[in-house]
Amino acid sequence: MTRIKPLVEITNLKKSFGSNTILKDINLSVYPGEFLTLLGPSGCGKTTLLRLISGFETATDGQILLDGHCVSQLPPQQRDIHTVFQTYALFPHLNVYENVAFALRCQKLPEDEIKTRAHEALTQVQLTGFDKRDTKQLSGGQQQRVAIARAIVNRPKVLLLDEPLSSLDYRLRKNMQSELKHLQKELNMTFIFVTHDQEEALSMSDRIAVFNHGHIEQIGTPREVYETPESLFVAGFIGEANIFDLEITKADAKSACTVIEDKEMCCNNTGNFKAGDKIHMIIRPEDIRVWSPSEVKDKDTQVMLPATISEITYKGKTVDLSVTLASGRVIYASEFFDEDDGDLDYELGEQVFVEWYSGWEVLLPYEK
Amino acid sequence: MKNRSLALSAIYIWLFAFALIPIALTVAASFLSSSTSELITLPFTLSNYQSLFSPLLLHILLRSLGLALVTTFFCLALAYPFSYFMVKSKHQSLMLLFIIIPFWTSSLIRTYALIAILKFNGLLNTALLKLHIISSPITFLYTNFAVISGLVYTLFPFMVLPLFTNMERFDFRLIEAARDLGASRRQTFWRIFLPSTKPGILSGVMMVFLPAMTLFYIPQILGGARSILIGNLIQNQFLVAGDWPQGAATSIFLTFILLIFMVMYRKPWSKQS
Repeated sequence: MTRIKPLVEITNLKKSFGSNTILKDINLSVYPGEFLTLLGPSGCGKTTLLRLISGFETATDGQILLDGHCVSQLPPQQRDIHTVFQTYALFPHLNVYENVAFALRCQKLPEDEIKTRAHEALTQVQLTGFDKRDTKQLSGGQQQRVAIARAIVNRPKVLLLDEPLSSLDYRLRKNMQSELKHLQKELNMTFIFVTHDQEEALSMSDRIAVFNHGHIEQIGTPREVYETPESLFVAGFIGEANIFDLEITKADAKSACTVIEDKEMCCNNTGNFKAGDKIHMIIRPEDIRVWSPSEVKDKDTQVMLPATISEITYKGKTVDLSVTLASGRVIYASEFFDEDDGDLDYELGEQVFVEWYSGWEVLLPYEK
Repeated sequence: MKNRSLALSAIYIWLFAFALIPIALTVAASFLSSSTSELITLPFTLSNYQSLFSPLLLHILLRSLGLALVTTFFCLALAYPFSYFMVKSKHQSLMLLFIIIPFWTSSLIRTYALIAILKFNGLLNTALLKLHIISSPITFLYTNFAVISGLVYTLFPFMVLPLFTNMERFDFRLIEAARDLGASRRQTFWRIFLPSTKPGILSGVMMVFLPAMTLFYIPQILGGARSILIGNLIQNQFLVAGDWPQGAATSIFLTFILLIFMVMYRKPWSKQS
């Protein structure tokens, strides 16, 4: 990836409204043909970054390069970037075809070229034959498609999508997710997608930039941000996480040991921790195994923590459990129905043992 | 349901009594003859309409149309940006109040007040002289300029209000969408903002153009005897000449012309919605 020249290069970008700092020191490179997602809770600055890229806001400091040229001072209409808005913002006085043709008409292209390209875009979003329709008569999903067709018709270098799926219902959203992904691959266009839905981000993106309080916490592939979160925020925001606050008791170059629920546990020393360092240990619920006492052969050698089942939620493909450890601490575990473990009949109050495979936990330095 | 039909029939009775019957009476009167002893009398005649086709009336009609068009144009040219800034302003309700306050004073009195501004040694001339823009006073009063000023001043709110209501509903995110898709400011205005505010423009034009044709007291006060317009003509025929059938015929003729204009305006509008 690094050898390819970035299409969008954002360096030391800052944005504040008065004394209110929205974005601090954003550094981000987006590569050609990439599907990059800006993920974060509402108010984290991701939409502001999108507006800075599209040109509706001017940065307080820093610069944005598009294809090697600085666009920081250019007005929106001079940037080769189009946006799919959250509210679609379709032009109500124009029909479907004229909405799609708008960007081409602004360039005063010949009529037959406008026609060819507008129809091509409508075909790409599967709206062939909708030309004459009034946009107000379309369903939410269809309006969404018009908005996408309108934004891709001009073949922008980058397409920005501002939570475009948030107003669709669950099933339609799922369909549009995969369609958008296909469209992006088909057009080989660079997409910058904003969402607060971590599931959406994981399933669609090539890379995810996780935002929190106006800065990027982590940039990485969905797998990287999920499996090796670099901060407590990322771990907690993407997926569920059990977080233990612990202290390293002894450490060497390879392993670091700590005491959890009065049991010593040693893991890979991924963060060069030293004895006495305070850490967070993060374990995903699906990485935790819950055994009934009869299934455990030697509960003293492995790190098996005794626990009581306090809540059972049947989810279809998983059973989600809340288990209370001896210390009173409650942790969450997701058990899959699979061939290895057919017996998932848990009962409330049942005594069990929990464990996880060494190496599946993530150690992070202690954050306040 | 019962209340609704009651309200509906009340409206129909109202319209019947105060719109349909008067129009029918006017139409009837326009086909009758005048006499010195009575307002209208038999026999039926077409002469009132025949006398309409005179070069004098054509002249007055064209002049009225011209003045009404110019008035409408200036009202629109002033009210369009005004409404835009009003929608964008933080002091919207205050501005709206200033538009409405003059309505609390009689329009007739406000027109007389304009004389004080426009007359030979009035406010406007004094100001222009003091500022050394002119060296001797200009005759404003009893000119077309005075009549148009008076009409524009009186009818301006009727243009602002429909435009303001329309622009207030405009989704300004569409401006961003257009700019984002590569439209220049000019293209955004002509392709997005102007077409979206077309219903507001049309109703504003109707609200200004129709009264501008018929408001007789403004040309009379500010235009003097020279400025006979269609409204004044009808007034003269009824009240000065006492020829009610002729006045009725001219009224019906004017109504007919205005109807044609309304149909012409409605057409492009109804096509859209």
